[in-house]
Amino acid sequence: MKLATFKGGVHPDDGKRFTKDKPVQTYLPKGELVFPLSQHIGAPAKPVVQKKDTVLMGQLIAEAGGFVSANIVSSVSGTVKAIEPRVTVSGAKVDAIVIENDGNYTPIEGLGQYRDYTKMSKQEILDAVKEAGIVGLGGAGFPTHVKLMPKNPDAIDHIIVNGAECEPYLTSDYRMMIENPEQIVSGLKVMLQLFDNAKGVIAVEANKPMGIQNLQELVKNEPRIEVVPLKTKYPQGAERNLIYAVTGRKINSTKLPADAGCIVDNIDTVIAIHMAVCEKTPLMRRIVTVTGNGINEPKNYNVKIGTSFAELAEASGGLKEGVKKVIAGGPMMGMSIPSLDVPIVKTSSALTCLMQDDVERFEETACIRCGRCVQVCPSNIVPQKLIEAAMKYDTTAFAALGGMECCECGSCTFACPARRPLTQAFRQMRQAVMAERRKKG
Amino acid sequence: MSITAIILTALVVGAVGIIVGFLLVTAGEKFKVEVDEKEVAIRAELPGNNCGGCGFPGCDGLAAAIAKGEAPANGCPVGGAPVAAKISALLGEEASDVKRMVAFVRCSGDCDTALDKCNYVGIKDCRAAAVVPGRGAKQCVKGCKGFGSCVTACKFDAIHVVNGIAVVDSTKCVGCGKCAATCPNGLIVMIPEDAQYVVQCNSQDKGKAVKEACSAGCIGCTLCTKQCEFGAITMNGNVAVIDQEKCQACGKCAEKCPSKIIRRRENKQE
Repeated sequence: MKLATFKGGVHPDDGKRFTKDKPVQTYLPKGELVFPLSQHIGAPAKPVVQKKDTVLMGQLIAEAGGFVSANIVSSVSGTVKAIEPRVTVSGAKVDAIVIENDGNYTPIEGLGQYRDYTKMSKQEILDAVKEAGIVGLGGAGFPTHVKLMPKNPDAIDHIIVNGAECEPYLTSDYRMMIENPEQIVSGLKVMLQLFDNAKGVIAVEANKPMGIQNLQELVKNEPRIEVVPLKTKYPQGAERNLIYAVTGRKINSTKLPADAGCIVDNIDTVIAIHMAVCEKTPLMRRIVTVTGNGINEPKNYNVKIGTSFAELAEASGGLKEGVKKVIAGGPMMGMSIPSLDVPIVKTSSALTCLMQDDVERFEETACIRCGRCVQVCPSNIVPQKLIEAAMKYDTTAFAALGGMECCECGSCTFACPARRPLTQAFRQMRQAVMAERRKKG
Repeated sequence: MSITAIILTALVVGAVGIIVGFLLVTAGEKFKVEVDEKEVAIRAELPGNNCGGCGFPGCDGLAAAIAKGEAPANGCPVGGAPVAAKISALLGEEASDVKRMVAFVRCSGDCDTALDKCNYVGIKDCRAAAVVPGRGAKQCVKGCKGFGSCVTACKFDAIHVVNGIAVVDSTKCVGCGKCAATCPNGLIVMIPEDAQYVVQCNSQDKGKAVKEACSAGCIGCTLCTKQCEFGAITMNGNVAVIDQEKCQACGKCAEKCPSKIIRRRENKQE
């Protein structure tokens, strides 16, 4: 059978061997928990608690600070220790609520109460998702309730559950397909309730046969849901590539998935929707893969949001001697962090610890015009031309050459035999172009 | 060769020359572009570096704007007072007071004082380093990255990276402000050329964090604000700022500063 896919892409070592057979363990935090107010796309949340307040597990501690913004909920019970700037994975200091965990996990009233979603109205479901503070858990962190309110809901004909997990090393979504496939299907059914004309598609890369089998078994009698296996290729899980693979529709940077009649949500996000709507549990946890050659015991964890990465590394037997690079996220899209003392936020999918051999650097040389970057680019742009514009800091030429279509997936940098730092240059230029456009208004 | 052929050729070429010349003269008269004489005169006074520091497209752009009254007579930061005086005279205005401004880098975290938090292996450019999580190798995210984006931007060879931080040569600096616009950390500010004392740090972190990152950083102790008799020093968050208008250059702040980051400007020593 020919598998659905897109043009371009690369095949890095998937590294999933470390953790794909490790069941998800629940990790309970010991120390303080840090909740940065900006852990989603959009306006930062506004704190609704004060220093020394007592909070319960599941209590709202910061509310959405605008239309595109999300609530933040305490994942433990305890006392608010401080509201102060703390370093996050991006390296910047962001205002954060620090909560001292009392270790009792006293839940707020009504937490975990069963609700029958079929008896809820569309507005009730949307409100439940909004209250729960759910954002895209795949990495971008776009508030989910905003995504679920497109301008024209009747035009939505595909709800795609993104189970590609194309990022190397990550196995959190795969473990969920094995351990909690019922919740995935339930979450998708909740979303289908919102869109009458839509059909549900669970798209999974073919390197997860167990996951595909489990889900197919569950949706056998669901006429509105189908499971689509995808070709294993990076970046198969990027929104635009996924939409193209499933529906054959193309969108560019100026359009939203809703313009192509699609809504795309990550596996873990769909589970969070199920928990928020059916179990009245806001977003308090996420699945994090701790993996790589540089950690003693690679594992998958169910972690309270706000836990420090350092605690998680310790629980995995600590970092190995001589670890060279530690990345929050996967090796392609993740951010390398200089210190483990940063909190896990809603979008932290993994902690990848790499040794010298994994990150061995080679000297950068001149472009030999082999065209590999063009072959692998999923956005159909010409990285070799773009880098010339970027080196001259020519924002006009960069935008004219289609630089804004770049999704910063890193495929060109991965494929370049001359080891040119393409993706970094493009990120810099994209930000410069966006800043210029904001200035012009 | 017959003589008639030579004469004929000379006549034809001569006639064509006269006709074309006549056409050119009429065209020149008919399509003449009206040039403001004032604009030409102003343009002649401007330095002609085309640096763009005034915010107009080159010296021609500024000259046109001044002639139309869209820019002030002292619009050229490079020319300073002498040029402004000449242009004011041309416009028949009273010469306005112009202070020559120079660039100043608000960081003293060089290779000896500022600590690194990681190895940075990406593009050797400050603007590129600024998009990477952690914003480059230095522990202080606000500090000078030392890759010299400002050096490339300067057309007057007035800024150089010395021991890991950018240093302005005030004698060469013309005050166009290109470096200030380039610095991704916004570290470079324009100060009056005669400014004596400056705060050479821009870190908004609290004292403890600053000390952990750099031995030459403002720890926000506010000692200087208490020392100053003229009320020239205020705190902008966790970093001291000197108001050069009020500063009387007594030097008490520099004496008291525990991190020695309030300094007398080196270029002003002579």
